Amino acid sequence: MQNKLILEQKQSSAKVQTKSFTGKDLKVALLFLLPSIVLFSLFVFYPMLKTIYTSLFLTSTGSKLVSFAGIENYLIAMKSSVFQNGFKSTIIFVLATVPLTVIFGFLLAFLTSEKIRGMAFFRLIFSSTMGISVAASSIFWQFMFNPVNGYLNKVMLFFGQKPIGWLTDPKYAIYAVAFATIWMNIGFIYIIFLGAIQSIETSLFEAAAIQGVKKTYLMRKVIIPILSPTFYFVITVSIINSFQAFGQIDMLTKGGPNNATNTLVYQIYQDSFINLNSGRASAEAVILFIIIVVITLVQTKFSESKVHYQ
Amino acid sequence: MIKSNKFQTTILYIILIGLAVIYILPIFSGIMISFVPGIDYLGGSLFPKSLNFENYVKAFQNANVPRMMINSTITSSLIVTAQLIVSSLAAYAFVFLNFKWKEPLFFIFLMTMMVPFEATFIANFQTIKAMHLIDSYFGIALPSLASAFSTFFLRQTFKQIPNELIEASRVNGFNHWRVYKDVVMPISKQSLITLAIYQFLGAWNMYLWPLLVSTNNNVRTVQIGLRQIQSEEALTEWGVVMASAVIVALPTLIILYLSQKRLQEGLAEGAVK
Repeated sequence: MQNKLILEQKQSSAKVQTKSFTGKDLKVALLFLLPSIVLFSLFVFYPMLKTIYTSLFLTSTGSKLVSFAGIENYLIAMKSSVFQNGFKSTIIFVLATVPLTVIFGFLLAFLTSEKIRGMAFFRLIFSSTMGISVAASSIFWQFMFNPVNGYLNKVMLFFGQKPIGWLTDPKYAIYAVAFATIWMNIGFIYIIFLGAIQSIETSLFEAAAIQGVKKTYLMRKVIIPILSPTFYFVITVSIINSFQAFGQIDMLTKGGPNNATNTLVYQIYQDSFINLNSGRASAEAVILFIIIVVITLVQTKFSESKVHYQ
Repeated sequence: MIKSNKFQTTILYIILIGLAVIYILPIFSGIMISFVPGIDYLGGSLFPKSLNFENYVKAFQNANVPRMMINSTITSSLIVTAQLIVSSLAAYAFVFLNFKWKEPLFFIFLMTMMVPFEATFIANFQTIKAMHLIDSYFGIALPSLASAFSTFFLRQTFKQIPNELIEASRVNGFNHWRVYKDVVMPISKQSLITLAIYQFLGAWNMYLWPLLVSTNNNVRTVQIGLRQIQSEEALTEWGVVMASAVIVALPTLIILYLSQKRLQEGLAEGAVK
């Protein structure tokens, strides 16, 4: 049985070699791939496995494994109300940021795609947030949200409303951070969409113009279908980024007030580096990883029917 | 691209100006406040009475900003340079070499994009600590030196190089290393620059990882520096905090403005198709 397997393997490898004479590039290829393989093994695959492994143990504050705990870390995490709230805030955060970022990014790109005077200026403006770090953006927004001096409350007062503690009221904090995040992420999404719209054949638009097709119709029936791979890419990237949002939460609310913005990533950070409980933090990391993988798979399945490649 | 008549164009301009004003407001107000002395800000003034660089001087003197700018420049350059080399080597193998486990290997490379940072950073921290690289430029840079995205991006670029060119070089006695170094890399210069800019922006803006592995001002990057300035000065010296944020944002904003067109063309090509 085993001999047969080995024989088959030999045959199949012989086949590969005869198919193209360069099939013996393996040695060179491994040399070229070596740096990536070493780095990925060391900093992606090994730590991932280690995180899964650690999540099955109770750990000491020096992150030494103390005793095997099975799925206990997972159970403790999932039963705790902080974690459940964190899960809820994460979902709210993702739902509040992703659709609006993608829609605004696309609309701005659509509006500035025409080649007329001054457009270069608007393009610079709308792409600018891509060039501003999360830390700097957070400081700009901390001012915008300032209860006394900030512009948001000035607008509220102007319309005769009561000022709001955007970052200090548990009811609003997660939306405030989400709002700032939309702004931070639009720049990149905008640039991707603008590039994609501009790569659409001009003749298509000319034909549409000659036939007097309405712009909204053109957008719905032509541009959006053609851009479906771009939408797919942008939505996937946005979802993953939203789940991983960290800097703006750390700068603006530190997970507060009253855990209102204590998302999963922030809890993982706190549990591992502040509460020094790496067993539990690892379990939370694995849960988050599973959520992201499931969502990505579902989204891929779902969009397979909707995305069409040229 | 989509032609409009005069009336439509006017409406478009009005909409765009409105949107641009709202969009730019956080940056604009930040720049304004960076010129307002701390006491005036507490008194409620949001616009400078005169062009006053006091906050910028303070940011440069007290807050260690110049040192952190140098640190960020070093770590970002390190990441970009290494990533271009590591990823282009891998991309070369995937495009121009024929070997056994090519498809599965490429799939494994892509899989690394699925692994989120938070599934790895706890263990990576321990690795870097065990290597005694905490508080070093290498500690900050090391986990980012290989990139599936960059490999994928360059693979798309290399695929457009005609195979005849590679074969001709091979026939002329070039080994693969020379083909890579003297043929493929020079031809792909434009894409390499685009990728370098994109990755530089990303590296300069890294937040969580440098926060974990840098504990002193000798290696701390500007982003972590900003966090520190914010927590130390936010109550009294808002102008200084804003001035620091503006200083930190400026280099990447300039890079973005200079290369916006290149990015929008290059990223759409490389990332999506």
